[in-house]
Amino acid sequence: MPTPSLFDQSPDAAAWPVSKLTQTAKRLIESQLGPVWVQGEVVGLKRYRSGHWYFGLRDAEAQVRCVMWRDDASQMKEVPSEGAKVFAFGSPTVWAERGEFRLTVRRLIATEGVGLQQALLEQTRTALQADGLFDPARKRPLPIWATGVALVTSLDGAVLHDVVSVARKRWPMARIMVIGTRVQGAGAEAEVVGALRLVNRVEGIEVCIVGRGGGAREDLAVFNSESVCRALAEVRVPTVSAVGHETDMSLTDLVADVRAATPSAAAELVFADQADVLRHAGALASRLAGGLSRRTRLAAERLNRAGDRLENGLERVINIRRQALDRLGVALDALSPLKVLQRGYGLALSPDGKVLRRRADFPEGTPFRLRLADGEVLARVENR
Amino acid sequence: MTGAGESPPPGERLAEDLRRLEEIVRLLESDEPELDEALALFEEGVTRLRQARDQLAQAELTVQRVLEQADGTIRLEDLDE
Repeated sequence: MPTPSLFDQSPDAAAWPVSKLTQTAKRLIESQLGPVWVQGEVVGLKRYRSGHWYFGLRDAEAQVRCVMWRDDASQMKEVPSEGAKVFAFGSPTVWAERGEFRLTVRRLIATEGVGLQQALLEQTRTALQADGLFDPARKRPLPIWATGVALVTSLDGAVLHDVVSVARKRWPMARIMVIGTRVQGAGAEAEVVGALRLVNRVEGIEVCIVGRGGGAREDLAVFNSESVCRALAEVRVPTVSAVGHETDMSLTDLVADVRAATPSAAAELVFADQADVLRHAGALASRLAGGLSRRTRLAAERLNRAGDRLENGLERVINIRRQALDRLGVALDALSPLKVLQRGYGLALSPDGKVLRRRADFPEGTPFRLRLADGEVLARVENR
Repeated sequence: MTGAGESPPPGERLAEDLRRLEEIVRLLESDEPELDEALALFEEGVTRLRQARDQLAQAELTVQRVLEQADGTIRLEDLDE
């Protein structure tokens, strides 16, 4: 049996150039294997002057060549040591020129024996903390009587129902503006970010609640994501995070101005209680009445005092006048001719009552009247 | 944007009424105003108080859904929950 020639299949037509092979492999791998997380140990890491990192990742059975370009490598806080256990996030590819399979790594996280979720969470937490997003100084107080309230949550979830029923009972003045969004699963992260940005564009919003009902720990991933946390920090009104877990904290709980254990608790923090407001108004009403009666009493007292002063003043004026009058009476009395007569003087009067003052008023033989203090005497001029 | 050019939201009016009421009470409790001024303040206080109570009594919760339309404008739609 003749051995078939290697060239029977018209190799000229069928054979691929090497470059076509490696390019095709590259294209297939890149399109079929998206970005993935890989867990392994770092080996032979070399940092080039260009800033790129080259290293291997291995486990007990295999190894893969990796490259981390300058832009991503420069984000790393520290260089992993030889044998460090890491999670690497990257895109598998083929270096076509060399025909080498390798991983282009974008992020590298030391595992230190923790799970990937936990490691990611820690990394996000560190980044947010470094930017001051947990800083107590940036926490804003909630408005006392907020009416315009944005609610970012799922339209189907229990959160909407819980928040609305608390608001109806406590604060019927409220206007709740719901921005519906998925809160878990693919695409949820981007939707929540979009919803939070929308909050900044709606007028009349005074406070924003973002939340979901309770769920498994994995379900809270959206509320631990960096993009959601950063969007939350940029909401222009005070925010409340209500992520439905009494025990677990989410990163949004740390970024929001206020954390509520449950959506109902969030609503109780946000909506004033009308009973409290009515009590407050009642207290103000009695103070208002008290204030006025106090003020009128003061006025009445002032009026009385003024009346008293007026009366006293009048009395004094009258007394002064009376005393002056008395003095005048005394003076007048002193001047009275009768007083003179009492001192022993006499007054000569003609028979018709004219006062006789001079010697010439007394011709010889003329009768005249002499007025004395106790009466008159008839007299006649005898010898001049 | 929505709600532009309308009167302030009810909560703001209520807050303003109560804030002014507190101010009036403080003034009346001081000796500052003359009697005629005090009477005018009292009258205003009573009006504000009645207004605040009426607002609470007549309030009805609104629940709306915020929708962003294709052209980027925002629409509010009443939500029956």
